[in-house]
Amino acid sequence: MAGAGSPNLVAIAFFVGFIALSLGITWVASRRTHSTDHFYTAGRSVTAFQNGLALAGDYMSAASFLGIAGLVATSGFDGLIYSIGFLVGWPIVTFLIAEPLRNLGRYTFADVVALRLRQVPVRIAAALGSLAVIAFYLIAQMVGAGNLIRLLFGLPYEAAVVIVGVVMLVYVLFGGMIATTWVQIIKAGLLLGGATLLSLLVLARFGFNPLVLFDAAAQRYGEGVLAPGRLVSDPIDAVSLGLALMLGTAGLPHILMRFYTVADAQTARSSVGYATAAIGFFYLLTFVLGFGATVIVGRDAITKIDAGGNMAAPLLAAAVGGTPFLGFIAAVAFATILAVVAGLALSGAATLSHDLWVNVVRQGHVDESEQLAVARVATVVLAVISIGLGVIFKGQNVAFMVGLAFAIAASANFPALVLSIFWKRLTTTGAVASMLVGTFSTVTLIWFSPTIQVDILKHESAWFPLRNPGLVTIPLSFAVAVGLSLLRPANRDEQLFERATPLDVGVK
Amino acid sequence: MEHEQEQEGLSAARWRTAISLTLVMLAVYVGFILLVAFNKPLLGRVIVPGLSVGILLGVLVIGVAWLLTWWYIRWANALDAGIRRIARAGAAGTGRR
Repeated sequence: MAGAGSPNLVAIAFFVGFIALSLGITWVASRRTHSTDHFYTAGRSVTAFQNGLALAGDYMSAASFLGIAGLVATSGFDGLIYSIGFLVGWPIVTFLIAEPLRNLGRYTFADVVALRLRQVPVRIAAALGSLAVIAFYLIAQMVGAGNLIRLLFGLPYEAAVVIVGVVMLVYVLFGGMIATTWVQIIKAGLLLGGATLLSLLVLARFGFNPLVLFDAAAQRYGEGVLAPGRLVSDPIDAVSLGLALMLGTAGLPHILMRFYTVADAQTARSSVGYATAAIGFFYLLTFVLGFGATVIVGRDAITKIDAGGNMAAPLLAAAVGGTPFLGFIAAVAFATILAVVAGLALSGAATLSHDLWVNVVRQGHVDESEQLAVARVATVVLAVISIGLGVIFKGQNVAFMVGLAFAIAASANFPALVLSIFWKRLTTTGAVASMLVGTFSTVTLIWFSPTIQVDILKHESAWFPLRNPGLVTIPLSFAVAVGLSLLRPANRDEQLFERATPLDVGVK
Repeated sequence: MEHEQEQEGLSAARWRTAISLTLVMLAVYVGFILLVAFNKPLLGRVIVPGLSVGILLGVLVIGVAWLLTWWYIRWANALDAGIRRIARAGAAGTGRR
């Protein structure tokens, strides 16, 4: 296949062009970042449509574009379970989460949970959960970027990971949230435009009828490609994965942060609507991209380049649009990863500096310049750690890692967040225990799952049968929160709920 | 006081709707996942060449997610406008806010 594994001038030109463009935007934005409020929330000046696209940009990661297209191409219908699962979390966010979060007007997930509970323990527990989610998500992006660059530009994997880390550092360090908001918007536009163009080029070969394409895939690899298959051989595991994908969205710290960047609850609500529309459209395109790669490129050619199938979309681009189009799609995929990484890094920096340093270590007595300095140091620390982990986790499956990040988010963050908004009897003990149990039970069960024990460590069998632990850890986390809150009621926490309830509409 | 009660009533109506819609979405999606997990033959049945029950239901789940979100945003924005009207009327009546 043209360009795969060897340096490609057109691809490199597109790549360098995008980096230059976005660094330019970052530089312009950095001259307007003067306060912490700007650094984290872009001064609440983002419109609903902009914020919707930025949410979509933050959300659609390497797993969405490279991972799902690859899964559909190599496994058929099973890959679509990811497409659908990644979308259905969004209506839930719209109905339950977006408005209360905006009404509370806080920076981070921990701010919301800590609002009426005891600050220090809640912030420490929330930070642990958030950082675990961010770490798994970041590693997945680093691994995806490393593989992409290695395959398309001929650079060594390690060098590619370092490049992603350094560019991410520059974005976040100098621009803060304004820069990353613009990066997300540009990236969302590029990704939607690129995927649409690619889909149209594919569909043109099938009379613009997706069913003819799906049928061609069924003709070539059997009707099994249109039905649930080997990925969901264990029904309980399928339910567990589905649950984690749906509820995880509402617990992703970098997504939750985006609701503080708009002016009011109504704008927050509308922006989630735009995001849901854009993301749903994109996931419908993955049906065409995945089956298109199956038919036009062929499963053997895809898995020969990368066993995980992650190169299906770029290979499809080369097949239908030639080398220049391959370069374009490669640049889009890289931009996608870079933008998600920047959003994750910013959210991690906010957790470390705002939640842990300002509110726990310094107990709130920090001037703005110190807070910004700590946020910047935190970003550097995160970049170095994620570069290191990205190199160590070389060869991991991207979609699998993101699925695990969702399981942690759904178990550690989602129960505490929802209960703190809707249930006034939630106590500090209940919330903290739920977040800690959610984080540690998920990570522990992942360790004992067949994926780590059998696939990676090559043991005979695994102690825990499910590959995604969501079905066990999400109810467990809810049960711990509710049980401990009922066992030891706390009047103080309850009274504060009455005063600080986020459920009232923001009438200003 | 009357205005405040009316406002609280609308706010409560919003949360009832939001929670009902969440349950609808959960039911649709969990139903789909249960079919994927426990009734593979049904989802694999081909309706017309290229279109299996599974793919049709998958597209429908995405469609339902879109539709519910769109409807809720329209409904809630209209509700907010109503709440603001009441708030303004309240402010004019009592001389505060």
